[in-house]
Amino acid sequence: MTNHWVDIKNADLVLIMGGNAAEAHICGFKWVQEAKHGRKARLVVVDPRFTRSAAVSDYYAPIRAGSDIAFLSGVIHYLLENDKIQHEYVKTHTNASFLIDPAYGFENGLFTGYDAEKRGYDKSTWRYQMGEDGYAKVDPTLQDPNCVFQLMKRHFARYDADTVSRITGTPKDAFLKVCGMIAECSAPNRTMTILYALGWTQHSVGSQNIRSMAMIQLLLGNMGMAGGGINALRGHANVQGITDQCLFGESLPGYLHEPTEAEPTLEVFLDKRTPRMLRPGQMNYWSNYPKFFISLLKAFYGPSATPDNSFGYDWLPKMDGAYDVLAMFERMHQGRMNGFVCQGFNPLASVANKGKVSAALAKLKYLVVIDPLATDTSEFWKDYGELNKADPAQIQTEVFRLPAALFAEHEGSFTNSSRVIQWHWKAADGPGETREDTEIFGQLFVRLRAMYARDGGAFPEPIQKLHWPYRIASHPSSQELAREISGYAISDLTDASGNVTVKAGEQVAGFAVLRADGSTACGNWLYSGMWSQAGNLTARRDNSDPTGLGQSLNWGFAWPANRRILYNRASCDASGKPWDPERNVIHWNGKAWGGNDVPDMRPNATPDEGVGAFIMTGEGVARLFAPGMVEGPFPEHYEPFETPLGRNPMHPDVPAVVSNPAARVYQGDMELFGKADEFPYVATTYRLAEHFHFWSKTSKINAILQPEHFVEISEELAAEKGIRKGDVVTVRSNRGHIKAVAVVTKRIPVLTVEGRKVHTVGIPLHYGFKGETKPGYITNTLTPFVGDANTQTPEYKAFLVDIEKA
Amino acid sequence: MALQSLDIARRSATTTEMPRARETTEVAKLIDVSACIGCKACQAACMEWNDIRPEVGNNVGIYDNPQDLDDKTWTLMRFTEVEEEGRLEWLIRKDGCMHCTDPGCLKACPSPGAIIQYSNGIVDFHQENCIGCGYCVTGCPFDIPRISKTDNKAYKCSLCSDRVAVGQAPACAKACPTGAIKFGAKEDMVHYAEARIDDLKERGYRNAGLYDPQGVGGTHVMYVLQHADKPALYAGLPQDPQISPAVALWKGVAKPLALLALGATAVGSLFHYVMKGPNEVSKELEEEMEKEDAQ
Repeated sequence: MTNHWVDIKNADLVLIMGGNAAEAHICGFKWVQEAKHGRKARLVVVDPRFTRSAAVSDYYAPIRAGSDIAFLSGVIHYLLENDKIQHEYVKTHTNASFLIDPAYGFENGLFTGYDAEKRGYDKSTWRYQMGEDGYAKVDPTLQDPNCVFQLMKRHFARYDADTVSRITGTPKDAFLKVCGMIAECSAPNRTMTILYALGWTQHSVGSQNIRSMAMIQLLLGNMGMAGGGINALRGHANVQGITDQCLFGESLPGYLHEPTEAEPTLEVFLDKRTPRMLRPGQMNYWSNYPKFFISLLKAFYGPSATPDNSFGYDWLPKMDGAYDVLAMFERMHQGRMNGFVCQGFNPLASVANKGKVSAALAKLKYLVVIDPLATDTSEFWKDYGELNKADPAQIQTEVFRLPAALFAEHEGSFTNSSRVIQWHWKAADGPGETREDTEIFGQLFVRLRAMYARDGGAFPEPIQKLHWPYRIASHPSSQELAREISGYAISDLTDASGNVTVKAGEQVAGFAVLRADGSTACGNWLYSGMWSQAGNLTARRDNSDPTGLGQSLNWGFAWPANRRILYNRASCDASGKPWDPERNVIHWNGKAWGGNDVPDMRPNATPDEGVGAFIMTGEGVARLFAPGMVEGPFPEHYEPFETPLGRNPMHPDVPAVVSNPAARVYQGDMELFGKADEFPYVATTYRLAEHFHFWSKTSKINAILQPEHFVEISEELAAEKGIRKGDVVTVRSNRGHIKAVAVVTKRIPVLTVEGRKVHTVGIPLHYGFKGETKPGYITNTLTPFVGDANTQTPEYKAFLVDIEKA
Repeated sequence: MALQSLDIARRSATTTEMPRARETTEVAKLIDVSACIGCKACQAACMEWNDIRPEVGNNVGIYDNPQDLDDKTWTLMRFTEVEEEGRLEWLIRKDGCMHCTDPGCLKACPSPGAIIQYSNGIVDFHQENCIGCGYCVTGCPFDIPRISKTDNKAYKCSLCSDRVAVGQAPACAKACPTGAIKFGAKEDMVHYAEARIDDLKERGYRNAGLYDPQGVGGTHVMYVLQHADKPALYAGLPQDPQISPAVALWKGVAKPLALLALGATAVGSLFHYVMKGPNEVSKELEEEMEKEDAQ
């Protein structure tokens, strides 16, 4: 979230789209109720299903799964066409005025530079026109035909309400009603918050779904505002934390990049990562990249990391290709990965196309499962009849199950969607032979290190040089790790006049004091300051809120720098005056920035200096035109890889752009995509309030509350197929089938798309062959093995199935 | 246990004075149906606090699970899909004991002290005195009590009288994540409900209102309904609940007359016949029961 849970109460309009907060984020949903009850906010839900969120909404609009970009592009068009944008904000805080290379273009669904063979773009025309002064050229009047604002107008002009309705199946009046409600938030003192989750990310165009909404929030002037922002509601209690800490195999802690084979030296790597200023006087925050990166290397390798050995850069693995979750299982499936350590992860149930995942696991030499529960994955090899057909005699994978302690059985921290890091304490010992994850890894490490010392090895340094300063080597404590993540001075740090500001061994106050010379160590720059000389700030539980804005700055520690609303400088106009004085986040007080939050700005940067609010970009402003995206600087509607239409209604005659032309598809998976003639119904998967992923099916109470796998279909489809409520049905995709109980409901709308009926089949995913719930099939048997072009998050939310009475 | 608290307002089948040393504030649970998302956290909390676990059932094509109240399910979300004024609504009502001011179960109960009502309004079952006759089931206009097949005693929501006695809110109210379940003094709850009803009316629910049916003297579990004019929309919530005429007759008019005119046993049997049909309880027990009742 750019904002935070409590801040939802400050919104005038709450839009839930690409998520179902009432179902999946029940506790946080109380803040939506706060907004409704306390501020008279309206709640709008746009979803393929009439969800639990819709049940308490003021307005619900149906949409076809996988057509969000068309809807949102239509909103952008509506705002531009009806002049419902916050002009001053757009001029001050976005790149609307920036001039783009005249060679940039868009035709037949493709941006300039497409290479069909590589399924990717040469982005060289997606760039600013540069002036002789070395800075990007701008036209503050927004009239230049090549300025971003004009390009945007042209790009989105195609998404009129009729077109949107034709693609999305949203009735035109419903679409216009939602547009009208959103447009009201272009007033400087009205804000919309958008709550989304996996309903946007889990598409082959997931990142562009979110970007489309980011553009809307920028046009409305809602970024940085209290009650505004782009708010990703994260799943697990600590999924934000593991993402920050480098869950994703292609990044290092704090979203620093994992080096690739193309970056053989530290100099090359840092040069590539350290951007130049694109407008004068900007903070260009990523110019600090070397400080963060070298402090991380110091945390990794300690005294062994010296300037002479590039701080141990050579010991980091250099990626030879993709290592996202689909890529890993693809490698495994190809027999190019023979060991897998699976910690707190149940891929057999949670990764797309269970058949492929199961076949991949069967090719491993060993599989280590570290989990509090006996997961489905740990028994992928075991025959559970039709629920999990397997022949153990044919599978050579050796499986080790290491029981781990649950979160309440050790201390540590959770980072919630608000980016607030909160310490938690141990409540009880784990049962039986369980060990804390840190001990499991500590034990593994000390044994590996001893083996390298004894036997040598091809490349022992990454293990042998690893800095391991913990009191008990085989069991680093959570407190020790938290202090290391926050960072400390290795030698005395001095200011410009030579005065010592931080003594050697002291915890640093934040990332601002990190150095690129090896004098500081920091395990994650984003978390820097969470454990300062003042102690463990994540353990703070002071919920005082003197202004009533809900900021509570002394509750836990928010990254970065305890800032609660990101881009909060944008809550003010150019002169530093809040757009809405009633909801004053920060303001310029004549001498400094201050107020109800930690300013997202150099505190003494006078408004006259013109330092932009978006300090992480070289431009200093937010990007309406974003060349960083893989499939184009503007969003464009592409169909899901399994489309009920068989063509892209925006480009009906161009087969190359039916689906995301820049998404990666592995050989063999393309052939497994189903077609609408055989699989005529749109399926979408989701979670239920009564369950939590694949965990709570092992809990009796959750099993009582929602005991058995089901699928949801409309009354009309049920009648057509002769299915009655409670019947067992078979749902089939081109990758396999599941059986479940039919819930026949008015809550699944039947949509008219391009003049034909589109039916939706809704499939919850919590069930499996192990647990207290009735034994069931694994939903991801059905889903396609293809992901978002930018993140590779699989397309779980829109694919094709057939359904019949079992 | 029950009498120790000294704040008993009524006790089933008892004519002696109740201990009234303490008077407690009248309480109520307010369930704002318009703010309920049907997450069932209240059901989970109820199971946990009371340590009851019904069987893991099946999905029968609806979200309601378990499908009905039973001796181990004292509260239950009932989901109803309706189309009102062309608009789809998913109405989700938390079902359970309403804790009537004038409780039909208590009136019908022939066993002394099996059902009591505290001065705060909570109606509680005391299983050690329950004879499993099922009159409470018949006496309840909301179809709430259930007889256990295991011990043949009646069970229902206690409004967490054990928690309330020590100043805690009921487990369901404590667990409710959206604030749809509030608990406090009935007067405060009515006041809070008024604000919620104003908000709903402002959002276009013209008939929003409070469900606190006077036919049973008002209840200590109340609902804020979007459509208070049509309570039946909410999985058959009674429009105007009344205590069954048979119970009213039994306790109201017939009993004193009967005591004068006839042997108590005969009336008791008649009443039992009216309510339950031919019984299978031994006649001796029935007689003894009725004698006790008459004392």
